[in-house]
Amino acid sequence: MTSLHNAQQQADSGYNFAYLDEQSKRMIRRGLLKAVAIPGYQVPFAGREMPLPYGWGTGGMQLTAAILGRDDVLKVIDQGADDTTNAVSIRRFFGRTAGVATTLRTPEATVIQTRHRIPETPLSADQIMVYQVPIPEPLRFIEPSESETRTMHALGDYGVMHVKLYEDIATFGHIATSYAYPVTVDDNYVMDPSPIPKFDNPKLHMSPALMLFGAGREKRLYAVPPYTRVESLDFEDHPFEVQSWEHNCAICGSADSYLDELIVDDAGSKQFVCSDTDYCLQRRDQQLSGEGAQ
Amino acid sequence: MTAAVRVNRELAALEPLFSVNNVSKLYGPDKGCQQVSFDLYPGEVLGIVGESGSGKSTLLSLLAGRCLPDEGQISYLREDGQLLDLYASSEAQRRTLLRTEWGFVEQNPRDGLRMGVSAGANIGERLMAQGVRNYGELRGAGISWLKQVEIDPQRIDDLPRTFSGGMQQRLQIARNLVSSPRLIFMDEPTGGLDVSVQARLLDLLRGLVRELGLAVVIVTHDLAVARLLADRLLVMRNSRVVESGLTDQILDDPQHPYTQLLVSSVLQP
Repeated sequence: MTSLHNAQQQADSGYNFAYLDEQSKRMIRRGLLKAVAIPGYQVPFAGREMPLPYGWGTGGMQLTAAILGRDDVLKVIDQGADDTTNAVSIRRFFGRTAGVATTLRTPEATVIQTRHRIPETPLSADQIMVYQVPIPEPLRFIEPSESETRTMHALGDYGVMHVKLYEDIATFGHIATSYAYPVTVDDNYVMDPSPIPKFDNPKLHMSPALMLFGAGREKRLYAVPPYTRVESLDFEDHPFEVQSWEHNCAICGSADSYLDELIVDDAGSKQFVCSDTDYCLQRRDQQLSGEGAQ
Repeated sequence: MTAAVRVNRELAALEPLFSVNNVSKLYGPDKGCQQVSFDLYPGEVLGIVGESGSGKSTLLSLLAGRCLPDEGQISYLREDGQLLDLYASSEAQRRTLLRTEWGFVEQNPRDGLRMGVSAGANIGERLMAQGVRNYGELRGAGISWLKQVEIDPQRIDDLPRTFSGGMQQRLQIARNLVSSPRLIFMDEPTGGLDVSVQARLLDLLRGLVRELGLAVVIVTHDLAVARLLADRLLVMRNSRVVESGLTDQILDDPQHPYTQLLVSSVLQP
């Protein structure tokens, strides 16, 4: 772990800083400025080829490349963990092409690129979250035409969003959508918060950190500026609820974090552990140092 | 003053709900529709008949504000009493109208229904678009409308693709009527249905139109449907209205040669 930890790598000299050329980065930054100015609006941008396939975070990486500075400290999360393939690859990629410091610890990071989680540790105003988005269009499931969905956004024609939630209740008795749960940003645009669990939706609301979303295949980016109202769609008699567990984390004992279910032996025994590995480790360290002091 | 005169005066005092003035939209010479004018009063059913390619559907799209005309105006008297110039209003206003005070029943229910979501969601969609955020209320509306259009309420969670053609068409009607519209456009609502199903659907439509006091513009090439449903008829040919008047008058005593041909062409079983 220590080899990854806070590693200030030597950048490969063959690449421009953070891989993309300066013109591309400026183009993406212009898109980002527009996205921040119109919260939740999907801004088209000229997506570049990245040296990995679509679906592996090309959108998020282009945004990260565009906003990264030499003093930034980068953290990359994949499904809550820092040590999974996607996270390790992207962290090493920017270590090599930008030579920026990387970290596993949320409070130390200034830019956090994430796939499918928001850290449990509260974010601060000097942090930027970058989300990898597969399908940026929340209306896509019901309306295949792009020009039609753009018109629907423009006219605030969002009745169909509740059709999906209605179907959930009719079929399952409750709103079964558990990730990519649609939200209204700043009382205006309906936005797909990327496939984060709905457990993380409340963390978007009035967050002090800037949230940027990038979809590489669809070539769209959008943003939630700091301290913006983000509300999850629901019904009066079926209000929005986040997931909860009967268990605490088996490692750190946390009762309020998002838990992964693990099968630990051939007999099918289950364990529930924090999905946010850094949060779990921080709590564990605190508990150990507390025990050591006694 | 005779009773007839009094009735006429009362009618004159009524303002038309929907007033069409010299509307044209041409795709080519005599292709499309041109110089159409009429007034539609609350609770009135207007039939548009004519052969295929005579411009009926183009006219209906123009009336519903789905496409813009080359020239002409349409004004609509909104529920709040304000007169709306259809083509001068924004697309947002037209869309709002189409999902609140208006309805559009497509010829093919697949175009008018969302085939991938349940019957209940299809009925509730307009209410949700209008801001109803109470699941119980939506459910109640779904069940009550299924009953009104004679579909078993137990099928509320079934997908429309599991319904027969006639049921799909009735579901489409329920989906449109749930927002209590004042004006409905129908494009061949009985096309493609067999005669006994047609008869039941027409019966249902007649009942609903009378009960709810709906104004209806119905496009059909079936003169029997027109006779059953429509109070007044427009006969179209080569993009123009060639004859207009009371349904019985036109069907029993057609004046224009084309109308005469049309009426005499009906097969007698």
